[in-house]
Amino acid sequence: MFEGAVQTMSSAEAPVRMPEKVTVKGLNFFYGKAQALFDVSMPLYGRAVTAIIGPSGCGKSTLLRVLNRIYDLYPDQRAEGAVLLDGTNILDPRLDLNVLRSRIGMVFQKPTPFPMTIYDNIAFGVRLYERVSAADMDVRVETALRRAALWDEVKDKLRQSGLGLSGGQQQRLCIARTIAVNPEVILMDEPCSALDPISTARVEELIDELKSQYTIAIVTHNMQQAARVSSQTAFMFLGKLVEFGPTGMIFTSPSDSRTQDYITGRFG
Amino acid sequence: MMNRALYARRRMVNRIIAALSTGAAALGILVLALVLATLFAEGFAGLKLSTFTEMTPPPGNSGGLLNAIAGSLILTGAATLVGAPLGIFAGTYMAEYGRYSRLTPTIRFINDVLLSAPSIVIGLFVYEIMVVPMGHFSAWSGIVALAIIVIPITLRTTEDMLALVPSQLREAAVALGAPMWRVIWKVSYRAALGGMLTGVLLAVARISGETAPLLFTALNNQFWSTNFGAPMASLPATIFQFAMSPYPDWQRLAWAGALLITLAVLLLNVFARVLASRQRQR
Repeated sequence: MFEGAVQTMSSAEAPVRMPEKVTVKGLNFFYGKAQALFDVSMPLYGRAVTAIIGPSGCGKSTLLRVLNRIYDLYPDQRAEGAVLLDGTNILDPRLDLNVLRSRIGMVFQKPTPFPMTIYDNIAFGVRLYERVSAADMDVRVETALRRAALWDEVKDKLRQSGLGLSGGQQQRLCIARTIAVNPEVILMDEPCSALDPISTARVEELIDELKSQYTIAIVTHNMQQAARVSSQTAFMFLGKLVEFGPTGMIFTSPSDSRTQDYITGRFG
Repeated sequence: MMNRALYARRRMVNRIIAALSTGAAALGILVLALVLATLFAEGFAGLKLSTFTEMTPPPGNSGGLLNAIAGSLILTGAATLVGAPLGIFAGTYMAEYGRYSRLTPTIRFINDVLLSAPSIVIGLFVYEIMVVPMGHFSAWSGIVALAIIVIPITLRTTEDMLALVPSQLREAAVALGAPMWRVIWKVSYRAALGGMLTGVLLAVARISGETAPLLFTALNNQFWSTNFGAPMASLPATIFQFAMSPYPDWQRLAWAGALLITLAVLLLNVFARVLASRQRQR
């Protein structure tokens, strides 16, 4: 079932050792008293796509939510261990979270367009950290929308509400919004789970294009998708990292029997 | 086997309950219709152009309600300007900054008490803290009393409406690196705007008919006055005074005033509903 998908991957998996953009070291995570992550250690290689797979509730999304410290919004959630971004520990409480989050963008499972125009949805993030002239902003908005393969569909209605777009368009708007601020890392939490197959294909093409410039981590339930878009795959189970390695290896010759059972559909 | 007696009894009980509910609903509507019919008949009879152009007259003279209408507009407007921002900011604290704070449930409880406090108590409170020390009635004290009624209404609707804004939307804005105030101002407020405005309009509708808190504070004024330090006329207080009087011309003006307030409140409510339904459609 995965043979076709895996074969097409071989080119994406050229054995170039990328530098580690993000390094997770001995990460434990707690929702109140309940521990959700147990001693997770793994890298995100620079300018590459890392897929995080595993059954529901295994901690994939939790791991992603640590990487930009979005969990910090909720006082009963806390992380222990270290997450290094270019060597700096982002779990350091003295860190400026707004700056961190401008460097690490996030795309969510459900499309979350802001209740404003399509144009302002993109401009919102850009205005946060840059002084941009009106003409430059037009360019930034157009570039972001073009890269997200949305420009042709919305170029005549930039001043209309972003809420009027279809689900697939909204998700691409959210991706455009994220890349418009030029982050270094993009976190994607099941970005295609609410999309139809055509929109999914567009988003996957986009991920493929973005990886030449950004470090991407994608959580997905769809194993074909993981096989298609990623060069590294992490398999998580019950809050622990079971296996991490090149995507081709994880899908063809996993070393752990739980990984094998999961990718062959025996559970999950 | 079906028990026929039981079946017949159930059908009978159902009919009785249905008849009682329908009757109660019809009675309710009938009373409301009678109130409105009386108000419209008496009010429109007393309503003339001079109602809007002349001051409240002494008994036996012709006159209008201009000073009372202006006073009501000033008192209601100023009280909204004072009370609504306080309520909105407090509601913002509860739904955004202090959502997980232990202070928030406490504020919510106190606010609910304030929300149901009889308005005459609020009038007495302001009388005690403002009118007595100042030594005289004033528009300011009336504004404070009305503002105290505005705060809990706007606070409650603001908190409720902001709580309805999906947390994913907030997370999405935060994930772009937006500071909290920017998330609230640009995203949460925009998403909740219709509901929050509805809350303010309902508060305006509520205080525009309040009489009790004005009796001890702004009192009333027979003459034109825009002095906030002096007593100020208002429609409810004028209605109270004129309707209780033995003079037919005063009574007619009271009816006209009552009609004006009702129409204004009706208009505000319709407007609030339109806003709220627009909000739901988005």
